[in-house]
Amino acid sequence: MDRVLLRDVALVCVADGVVGASFGAIAVSGGQAPWVPVAMSLLVFAGGAQFAALGVVLAGGSSIAAAIAGLVLNSRHLPFGFAVADVLGGRLPARLLGTHVMVDESVAFAIAQQDLPRRRAAFWTSGVLLFVAWNLGVLVGVVMGRLIGDPTALGLDAASPVVLLALVLPSLRDRATLRAAAAGAVIALVLTPILPPGVPVALALLGLLLVVRR
Amino acid sequence: MNLVAILALAGGTYAFRVAGPVLHGRIQLSDRVRRLLSVAAGVLLVALVATAALTAGHGFAGWARPAGVLVGGLLALRRLPFLVAVVGAVVTTAGLRLLGVH
Repeated sequence: MDRVLLRDVALVCVADGVVGASFGAIAVSGGQAPWVPVAMSLLVFAGGAQFAALGVVLAGGSSIAAAIAGLVLNSRHLPFGFAVADVLGGRLPARLLGTHVMVDESVAFAIAQQDLPRRRAAFWTSGVLLFVAWNLGVLVGVVMGRLIGDPTALGLDAASPVVLLALVLPSLRDRATLRAAAAGAVIALVLTPILPPGVPVALALLGLLLVVRR
Repeated sequence: MNLVAILALAGGTYAFRVAGPVLHGRIQLSDRVRRLLSVAAGVLLVALVATAALTAGHGFAGWARPAGVLVGGLLALRRLPFLVAVVGAVVTTAGLRLLGVH
């Protein structure tokens, strides 16, 4: 196991743990029963979708509307699943288990590696450790309740974009990927004011048309 | 949020995630499609970075967060260690907010 990789994963785990704690604290202080954020984190395990769903409920929306908001955000995992399918590889039980720890960070850690064994190690290490860190963080947040304020005061909202950016940078050295990604980012940004959260990011895939045509 | 909705969200999310891994090996993907899928993952991640850095809800996220992400991105681009990039971003954003820039 690569020591640099392990150090990077540990750093992301700490950051995600703190964000998880704020998720638990926000849910409980918003009037949700303690088991709600805990069950969501164990069963859904997708930070963005969890915050989106919780936001809908705390704003007075229905549980079903919250689930739909989360599902729209998580639709990006469909192409992610195909992109890292060979990384999960192996026997069916392993694939089914690995599927659950497929999150933005573990996908990004995997595709940042050069060869398959490294991709595999990066995916599993980051996925499993993030699962543990996220759920422990949520538990701490639920217990501490209001004590943990919002993570924005600590600047933690800047951490996750940088984590993903640093991980995706190597693949952007490929010209076609860079062009498609730049177009996709513009599409997502332009559509954000008018479409529900999650939809603009999914529509960024239209940037792929730049790659398909040639 | 009730249990049924949580289970629906969890089940739907798992369904999105599992399609690729389960179909892997059963359907033969051409090299072209495989390359497209790996580019697609990059495109989605970059779109996620852009929206997470610049937007909150339907509007602009304010200056502090994009400034921090920019600093972190530049540090990563200069091939500085991951830790330096992330800490640089967090410190920049938190510092700007402390100074009243939001």
